Amino acid sequence: MLEVDIASKRFDSSEGVSLEVLRDLSFTCESNSFTSIVGPSGCGKTTTLRCILGLDTDFEGTVSTSQLNTGIENISAVFQEPRLLPWRTVEQNVGLVLNNPNPPELTSLFTALGLNEHRDFYPNELSLGLARRVSLARAFSVKPAVLILDEPFVSLDEETAARQRQLLMKVWSARACTALMVTHNLSEAIELSDRILLFSGSPSSVSGEFTIPIKREHRDRDTIARFKGEILELQQSLKR
Amino acid sequence: MSQRKSAPLALWFLSIGALIVLWFLCAWYAQSRALPNPLQVANAIMAEARTGELFFHLGATLARVVAAFVLAMTIGSVIGIVLGRSDTLNMIFDPWVILFLNIPALVVIVLSYIWFGLNEVTAVVAVAVNKIPNVIVTIREGAKSLEPQFAEMAQVFHFSKWKLMRHVVIPQLQPYFAGATRSGIALIWKIVLVVELLGRSNGVGFQIHLYFQLFDVATILAYTLVFVAVMLLVEYLLLQPLEKYSRRWRGSHA
Repeated sequence: MLEVDIASKRFDSSEGVSLEVLRDLSFTCESNSFTSIVGPSGCGKTTTLRCILGLDTDFEGTVSTSQLNTGIENISAVFQEPRLLPWRTVEQNVGLVLNNPNPPELTSLFTALGLNEHRDFYPNELSLGLARRVSLARAFSVKPAVLILDEPFVSLDEETAARQRQLLMKVWSARACTALMVTHNLSEAIELSDRILLFSGSPSSVSGEFTIPIKREHRDRDTIARFKGEILELQQSLKR
Repeated sequence: MSQRKSAPLALWFLSIGALIVLWFLCAWYAQSRALPNPLQVANAIMAEARTGELFFHLGATLARVVAAFVLAMTIGSVIGIVLGRSDTLNMIFDPWVILFLNIPALVVIVLSYIWFGLNEVTAVVAVAVNKIPNVIVTIREGAKSLEPQFAEMAQVFHFSKWKLMRHVVIPQLQPYFAGATRSGIALIWKIVLVVELLGRSNGVGFQIHLYFQLFDVATILAYTLVFVAVMLLVEYLLLQPLEKYSRRWRGSHA
């Protein structure tokens, strides 16, 4: 489970001007659920993720991840850019985040993501789509309780993005964890999520949420379009 | 590929050949003991090699170069990384770095000999002290421009200090290490000669001093050229292959 409760997050400019980007931002992600955050650009989505990841600790509030059986904080991330070390091979990049650099499960993870043939490649030799998959493999390899995804399919062509989404679902279903994804692509959020959080305002907070009532395997193009319409309507009504 | 490689090689020989011809002409025109021709220098090299003197002194100098280089790179890199990562420490110690950067090599050597005695350790340390500020400045520049994205990734995945250093920081500093190495070796071997001239009883610097007193220019040039040749070998057989190896990941065949 992931509980986020940020009372306030401000950025101070060098001229002494303070800008509040988040206020009274509070939400909970149930264990092993998939939640998406959708909102206009610059509304603090990535900032929220950075607070959750502990990369930004300068905020008022709390973020807690609790897992029933372990209690160990185990949080992992897929960044917007793959952030692979260019001087290490695919296999080394994934192995580095583990204490035991080559566990047997790694092969099944590489196989699931179609990366087995690329294990000895350097990141510069991969396409963006492949590099993103390596980044997914790295994030899943630590068996996280919470997985943070920051626009993991941005700047891919639609065909590749669709395939990557399927791969993500396949890997995520087999390795359950609490997933939180930021995206600006509403259809993508509908396709993947159990629940969608709408961010808006300045300073921003959760202005609305939408639970997708049907199972993932029943979400086809038409149902996604229908939900998209409903969510856009909800967004409009929230603005008023 | 081989054609592209052989053209510069031919040019290299042509260029060196032209230099030797020019030297011959100058020596022939000067007709002086002060400017021996290349053949006389070659003879001097053979003579020194036959007695074994050449290799003994060459070895002594090379050992000092290696020791001073390792010392300077190690200490300079550590300080450079620390100053590059901490603005406060950098502000405090930057004047020190600038001061040491501007102290003439000769002053450091003379003072070291006076304070710590005419011994081998002093000689090597004095050379290293001359080089350390240069290493600091180069590595500090690299450490300032480390990619924060990788540091964040390492933080999220709980990299240990050692893992961060070895897999994230040092690879990013590689071009700066290469730069410091290249300029370092060239500088260090020149300073080693001064150290030898002033306070050692062996090494290329000592021999040059000796033959200077004998006004034997051919032997002075003999030692110089042989040592330059050794440094060229180090560059081509050690530094360049090492650099190529450490840059292997940059290639792209996707």
